[in-house]
Amino acid sequence: MSTPTLPIEQPSAATGDHSAFAIEFDNVSIAFDEKVVLDGISFNLHHGETKALFGVAGSGKSILLKLAIGLLRPDSGRITVLGEEITSMTERQLFDLRRRVGIVFQESALFDSLKVWENVSFRLMEEKIPFDEIERRVHEALRFVELERTYDMFPSELSGGMRRRVAIARAIITQPEVILYDSPTGGLDPVTANNIVELIMKQRDVYKTSALLVTHRLQDAFTMATHEFDPKKNQMVPIPKGQRGEVPMSFLILRDAKVIFDGDAHELAASRDEYIREYIS
Amino acid sequence: MALELELISPFEVAKDFALSVQEYTLLSAQSVANFFRRPLYMGDMLQQADLIGFGSLPIVILTGLSVGALLALNSASTLQRFGGITLIGQLVSLGMVTELGPLITGLMVAGRNASGMASELGSMIVTEQIDAMRALGTDPTKKLVTPRIGATAFMLFFLTIIADLLGWAGGWAVAHFLFGLDSNQYWTSAWQILVFRDVFTGLIKPFLFGFIISTVGCYYGMSTRGGTQGVGRSTTQAVVASSVLILITDFFVTKLIFAVFGVR
Repeated sequence: MSTPTLPIEQPSAATGDHSAFAIEFDNVSIAFDEKVVLDGISFNLHHGETKALFGVAGSGKSILLKLAIGLLRPDSGRITVLGEEITSMTERQLFDLRRRVGIVFQESALFDSLKVWENVSFRLMEEKIPFDEIERRVHEALRFVELERTYDMFPSELSGGMRRRVAIARAIITQPEVILYDSPTGGLDPVTANNIVELIMKQRDVYKTSALLVTHRLQDAFTMATHEFDPKKNQMVPIPKGQRGEVPMSFLILRDAKVIFDGDAHELAASRDEYIREYIS
Repeated sequence: MALELELISPFEVAKDFALSVQEYTLLSAQSVANFFRRPLYMGDMLQQADLIGFGSLPIVILTGLSVGALLALNSASTLQRFGGITLIGQLVSLGMVTELGPLITGLMVAGRNASGMASELGSMIVTEQIDAMRALGTDPTKKLVTPRIGATAFMLFFLTIIADLLGWAGGWAVAHFLFGLDSNQYWTSAWQILVFRDVFTGLIKPFLFGFIISTVGCYYGMSTRGGTQGVGRSTTQAVVASSVLILITDFFVTKLIFAVFGVR
């Protein structure tokens, strides 16, 4: 995929957050009825880092993302996002924090009664930004995902892959400091999935945005760990062998409601754990 | 596929009911409080007023005319027996303004709009659009529920007035063309029988019914679970619950107003 030259103005650095981590989970547990979905989960996401979350279906990956943005509250434990402990915040306080965090839902979750440009500009319109400015930024965001031509279309007129890209445009338009991706390549053909991975990589490498990436496709995460986005060529390129990428990329694997692995690609490849070896083989 | 029969204890049913009442009360209170907090989504409120008000106009016109005409038709033969056909205007007027106008309009709008609200919000829940809205930093009760409450209560007031007037017109058509009653006599008696209490009763009810329709519709929509089947269930429950609540409220409001104005 050839990606156009650059869109959105500046990297998402403007933050009052002085903590070491973009997201911190400290002994977080949640259960629904009798079923424990996450049990004592602890991990950190560094600023600028992308962490890929793996686990079999129903292992609580999407729940973990919803906890990270405060859509769900844990039964116990602490979650800190951009230096603010969200577990004790009210819903109204969370609305302010969520403006600094973007999320791409599993099924895109676009507003089906709104046009593409209205979906992408939703947050800007809520902030009462002048229409000229909104129009310019929507065009930039849609150009970033190569969907400028869909500006006036409804989500129902788009393919699954296009909807995901519009959802990405909606998530990045305010240049959030953290983006949460919930299976952004799930159910897509390999070519479209690769395009989505390249967009996520571009956001990571150009804007240094921190991200949690839930995926079922191990190859997506390995592509992200072994490639980097080259702004000059406007495409992703492999990182030369033996050289670790500048961009921190890590992996976290969930099993039976617990974290069984948290480390980088090299540690993952060197793991002796039988389940992990089977998972990555 | 084996059919399993699950027995639920009455205690669980009572607990679920109490929880639903609590959630409904919280949603309603929060939505009303939103009228005093910025931002107030006036654009959404106008859009809903158009959908609920103008959208319901045809059905309200038809039912208003029909109910007025039927009221006149059914009462005329009895009144004629006692030589009281001239009272038909009074009967239609009182019946429409105090009771049938607000009630029939409320039930019609409940059937049309409580279901619409429940299915629209329910679909948004199951497709994660409500979660997306929260994630984008917008309060769904403020953006979706409050404008619907304001628009329904406001528009039902005017729809009821229209239904009342058309009910009078329907009654006049029957009285004049079928029973030969003088038009002047009909309209004068219809107008003169009304006192402040009757008009007050007839105009306070639409606000309450509008509040019930919109809060019940939004509550069932926002509490939808279980995919498309859940949306269908919410839609049905919203219509049934809002209609029953309207009938119960109507009885108690009438009784209360009678007590306040010293009528037995």
